[in-house]
Amino acid sequence: MPEAWVRIRGLHYARGEQVIFDGIDMDIPRGRLTAIMGPSGTGKTTLLRLIGGQLRPDAGSVEVAGQNVSALRSKALYRLRQRMGMLFQNGALLTDLSVFENVAFPLREHTRLPERMIRDLVLMKLHAVGLRGARELMPAQLSGGMARRVALARAIALDPEMVMFDEPFTGQDPISLGVLVSLLRRLTDALGLTSLMVSHDVQESLSIADYVYVISEGQVVEHGTPAALRRSTSPWVQQFLQGQSDGPVPFHYPAPDYRADLLAEAP
Amino acid sequence: MTAFLQRLGAGTLGITERVGRGHLFLLHVLGGFPGLLPRFGLVMKQIYASGVLSLLIVAVSGLFVGMVLALQGYNTLVDFGATESLGVVVSLSLVRELGPVVAALLFAGRAGSALTAEIGLMKATEQLSAMEMMAVNPLHRVVAPRLLGGIIAMPLLAAIFSAVGILGGYFVAVGLLGVDEGAFWSQMQAKVDLYEDIANGVIKSVVFGFVVTWIAVFEGYDAVPTSEGVSRATTRTVVHASLAVLGLDFILTALMFGDE
Ligand SMILES: Nc1ncnc2c1ncn2[C@@H]1O[C@H](COP(=O)(O)OP(=O)(O)OP(=O)(O)O)[C@@H](O)[C@H]1O
Ligand SMILES: [Mg+2]
Repeated sequence: MPEAWVRIRGLHYARGEQVIFDGIDMDIPRGRLTAIMGPSGTGKTTLLRLIGGQLRPDAGSVEVAGQNVSALRSKALYRLRQRMGMLFQNGALLTDLSVFENVAFPLREHTRLPERMIRDLVLMKLHAVGLRGARELMPAQLSGGMARRVALARAIALDPEMVMFDEPFTGQDPISLGVLVSLLRRLTDALGLTSLMVSHDVQESLSIADYVYVISEGQVVEHGTPAALRRSTSPWVQQFLQGQSDGPVPFHYPAPDYRADLLAEAP
Repeated sequence: MTAFLQRLGAGTLGITERVGRGHLFLLHVLGGFPGLLPRFGLVMKQIYASGVLSLLIVAVSGLFVGMVLALQGYNTLVDFGATESLGVVVSLSLVRELGPVVAALLFAGRAGSALTAEIGLMKATEQLSAMEMMAVNPLHRVVAPRLLGGIIAMPLLAAIFSAVGILGGYFVAVGLLGVDEGAFWSQMQAKVDLYEDIANGVIKSVVFGFVVTWIAVFEGYDAVPTSEGVSRATTRTVVHASLAVLGLDFILTALMFGDE
């Protein structure tokens, strides 16, 4: 296993009363594609924000490229962030800029490249996600899946060392899904990108990831290669991978007993 | 009684905290001003956006205010047989007072609310967050150009308001009420002082532009990132900015013209 680009130790994080992480350890290996899976609302997006330094852990440490993220001053943090890309769950495109300008945004902010070169780079990234022809459109004119692909192009515009993808496959048709899956694989293999992907898509994740972490209720439930995970004897993991509704994984947000709730007096 | 005191205390603490946050915010935004010099295009875009947004309403209001001033002033002056001074009355009221103040109030309602909504929505849709992750400071990239744009646009709008207002006053005075045209302009030229009146008016409007835009961008940046939060913030901008303009106007007027 190659060295870890992200090293998380004893991470605790709570939002008010709600404990989201209760002491987790994780190593995201350099140059590999790591998938993070877990039920909706367990804190996968929160984990990415902790890695990106937008949230600070209550205890424990998050190290990225050998630097403790929460101890960095803002200058150093911004320098580190130039080496990371992030695809937001909802795309988060800048609504006052066209598709082209959105992808060009990080290049214009952080480099002094001539216009000609920016154009070529942007078109290359847009071509990779199949949206070179949509460059003139505004974000409001894109479908959800298209917006996410533009955001993906933007996340890799600066050729970062690591990219975090928050649910890149949601809202894609089978064809673009296939293209995105192979794009992620290609980026990782050809450019040596460290990829960290959050996904609910069990089959897709297991088929392309090199390593998988499954988190739930503030803990790492299981981690290993996809093959090891498939062989896992944990009933929890088996239920999650097969998407059964009965088993140790709760589908419901914690709530009082259903029957009692329905029979209770209206307040 | 203790409950009341408790609420009073909590309220005061809340306000104090917000005011403190507003100032820290301003400090960070001002830190982005030097970086705007090589990229002045960003500021130009904002001057255009907030200036053009308010241009029509400012010009139309200026016209009517000028016309009303002439009518009202004429009624008073005619008793003293001093209607040639109508030009002075109209222009001084506009340049010293109504131009900066009314233009700032209109600017708060039109451009200020739009700024708050824009920044608040950018926050709600995670655009500001995305910028941070792209290692771009939204305070420098988004907020600073808007603040500087507002500071520059405001005196221009106030000047337009006064100019159009004087024209409106002229139409009413000379065209409608038969005041002597030569007296109207020459008295105005003689009595309106470049430093005493015009410069002070410009200072006022720069201060108003700064305060209104500051409140607008802070409310947007500090908004609760939901539709409801943004709409509340927009309302707060208009109310707070208008009150701030009127309060500051009194203070500035007392400082500038108080010892005459
Ligand atoms: N801004 C916030 N304020 C308060 N609580 C929040 C906030 N954002 C998220 N949470 C809570 O934190 C928990 C984790 O949220 P997070 O968005 O990280 O989940 P997730 O694993 O990404 O879920 P999904 O797969 O549905 O995207 C949720 O239970 C949510 O209620
Ligand atoms: Mg999420």
